[in-house]
Amino acid sequence: MPIIEASHLTKRFGKFTALDGVDLEVNEGEVYGFIGPNGAGKSTTIRILLGMIKATEGKARIFGKDVWADAVDIHKRIAYVPGDVNLWPNLTGGEVIDLFMTMNGSTNQAKREELIKKFNFDPTKKSRTYSKGNRQKVALIAAFAFDADLYILDEPTSGLDPLMENIFQECVLDAKRAGKSVLLSSHILSEVEKLCDRVGIIRHGKIIETGTLDELRHLTRTHLTIKTKEQLTSLNKLKGIHNLEEKDSELTFQVDTEEMDTVIRYIAEFGILKLESAPPTLEDLFMRHYLGTENSKEEGAL
Amino acid sequence: MVTRDFKGTKKLTAFIFRQQRFKILVWLIGLIGITLSVATAYPSIYKEEQSRQAASLTMENPAMVAMLGPGYEMEDYVYSVGAMFANEMLLFTAIAVAVMSILLVGRATRGDEEDGRIEMIRALSVGRLSYASAVMIVIVITNILLAILTGIGLASLGIEGIDLEGAFLYGFILGVTGLLFGSLTAVFAQLTETSRGTTMFSFMVLIIAYFIRAIGDVSSEALSWVSPLGWTVRTGVFIDNDWWSVVILLVVAILFGLIAFYLHFIRDLGSGFIAAKKGKTHASPFLQTSFGLALRLQRTNIIAWIIGLFILSSSFGAILGDLEIYFADVELMQAFIEVESEYTLTEQFITLLMAIMSLISLVPAVMVVLKVKGEETKNLTENYYSRAISRTRILGSHFFLAVVVSFIMQSFVALGLWSVGEAVMDEAISFGTTFTSAYVYLPAIWVVVGLVIGLVGMIPKFTGLIWLYIVYCFIVVYLGDLLDFPQWMNSLSVFEYIPQIPVDDMNIMALVVLTLIAIVLTVIGFVGYNKRDIAG
Repeated sequence: MPIIEASHLTKRFGKFTALDGVDLEVNEGEVYGFIGPNGAGKSTTIRILLGMIKATEGKARIFGKDVWADAVDIHKRIAYVPGDVNLWPNLTGGEVIDLFMTMNGSTNQAKREELIKKFNFDPTKKSRTYSKGNRQKVALIAAFAFDADLYILDEPTSGLDPLMENIFQECVLDAKRAGKSVLLSSHILSEVEKLCDRVGIIRHGKIIETGTLDELRHLTRTHLTIKTKEQLTSLNKLKGIHNLEEKDSELTFQVDTEEMDTVIRYIAEFGILKLESAPPTLEDLFMRHYLGTENSKEEGAL
Repeated sequence: MVTRDFKGTKKLTAFIFRQQRFKILVWLIGLIGITLSVATAYPSIYKEEQSRQAASLTMENPAMVAMLGPGYEMEDYVYSVGAMFANEMLLFTAIAVAVMSILLVGRATRGDEEDGRIEMIRALSVGRLSYASAVMIVIVITNILLAILTGIGLASLGIEGIDLEGAFLYGFILGVTGLLFGSLTAVFAQLTETSRGTTMFSFMVLIIAYFIRAIGDVSSEALSWVSPLGWTVRTGVFIDNDWWSVVILLVVAILFGLIAFYLHFIRDLGSGFIAAKKGKTHASPFLQTSFGLALRLQRTNIIAWIIGLFILSSSFGAILGDLEIYFADVELMQAFIEVESEYTLTEQFITLLMAIMSLISLVPAVMVVLKVKGEETKNLTENYYSRAISRTRILGSHFFLAVVVSFIMQSFVALGLWSVGEAVMDEAISFGTTFTSAYVYLPAIWVVVGLVIGLVGMIPKFTGLIWLYIVYCFIVVYLGDLLDFPQWMNSLSVFEYIPQIPVDDMNIMALVVLTLIAIVLTVIGFVGYNKRDIAG
């Protein structure tokens, strides 16, 4: 049974449609990357999953329970970290961490101290004096000190330095090793690539692509750099070649995965001196989908 | 230096005006509107010489002097409606103007700084003192505008006893009092590190100034001179028209302004002069309950209100002794005032006092509930609701706290009045009567609390309307009889249904019905709150 299963989630604020039929599934022991541009509907989806706002249409269940009706029950097994942590200015960081932990009914003091040390955090200061990164640490420490079954992380590392980001990634991998599930919404694609088993891309309130990174890579292009013995001609007449450039008698271009075979066979006839291929990065995937409409128009015109 | 430190002041002034224009507009319309409408009503209220004479006797009574400031000579009242008007309205309007200035300056100085807006502005090509100067210019213009418009308005009403000079003096007293408290707030904005601290210290000074003046006006003129509000009520406006008060207030305001600028100049952005101390590593077990958290977040506020209300009611208690003697002296006067012989005039005075005090102690209770909405706006409630805490529990904690606060506030009101009254009066009012007269107002307070819960639950956008309703209730209690409101207008105030102990008989039925209404409103609020989207 999936930990999170959402089907056809739609949310309208007045005339504005924030979510337009989102389907989402996160399985047990899986780290699911949720990516999309600003305003695509990531946080709205998460808020619905947390039972803070009610979906206009559609159903969402976590642990098999309804996210709206059984919110409190579900939250006993969830840890949440928002991208913009807001704290009560006159409480100290330590007090807030304790508060967050008891609200979930957890009291793992040893873990708390360990994480405070790991994240190099001073819990005695009033929250108003914390920088963005330090406020983020409060939420992260409270979340990972709690033995949750599902971690919902909404751009959790915004404001963290690279060292702290590493520690965060360790925490996520620890959770994964312990068989926990994670929903990670993020803009840092290297992070998603490193941590996530599956990825969903949302745009304009719709999930436009979902699957494992490998599956998604099939949908995209590979970078090739080649040098041939004989002058390579009319490569651009082949199907599935993009951004062809010539430099110092080397050719660089991108090739659609499904045309790869034909292209390589064609090039081979010219005698290959050098062939470098770079796998498609999530970045390429991301760009391609984000710029989707603009690109398709362009390509249509060509 | 001038170009360097003040660069961009003009643009920022316009910018701050744009930011605050709605608030400023509402304050100005409210203040000028009330002043003018009350002034219009006065000639018809005090048409006959007899009624003026009766009123002038009331004004001389020490309780009135403590509340409103020293009055005029008796013949002044008889010959000038203006004197009557100034005595009853000037001090409280001036306090309202001071409150306006404190809130506006607090928000635009330390408030903007705390929220990081000034940091962004300062990163632009503007001078170090530009933002502060712009705020001061805004507050000066606002107060001058208020002064001039009030002056023109009053003068144009053509009321006997309100001449052009008096009208403008009246307006300018209001304006400079506002200015003084505005620049005082600017000083506190430099000293403290938080906007809460800034407004809290400023309000504290305002309250202390009021009490020093109250005690001074009754017992020692010299003491009143210590308080800026003492200067406010010492112009003899409409009769003597002394402008020196205005001059002193203005000079002190400028002085505070210069101090604020100096402190602003020498300090770092984001810092204050009263340093923050190190906090706790762990949350206490009490803080870890939702009620404990609600209480902790508002602790300072609640304690401040308790102290304020206690001081206010005990200073009224202190007057009761003088009042008793005064009433005994002027038995003759009792012919004018409706006397229900069973009760002493002191007891009748207490009923009015309790109504006003209950309205004031309503404010902290309402603020406790509004905190839920405030936290939502600041995206703080997601901290609860992303965890295993139900909405009913959070709203319930705040509701419960509001009920407890209403009870505590009324207790301290009664305690202050009774304990001090007992010490100074020959024929003291009994403990039971005092406390009953305070506690009967609880159901009315709960109805308003229920109303806020209803708003927070059903139409969270309009929770601010509750202040309008409270102001309306206040106007009905304070001015309802004076302005001769039609009955239906009075009935809109829930406070009208409360029996005025000891003069009225106890009306258990009314209290039960009000409590039921409060419960219904509260339940509606809870249902709505559980069903609606939480913004943050």
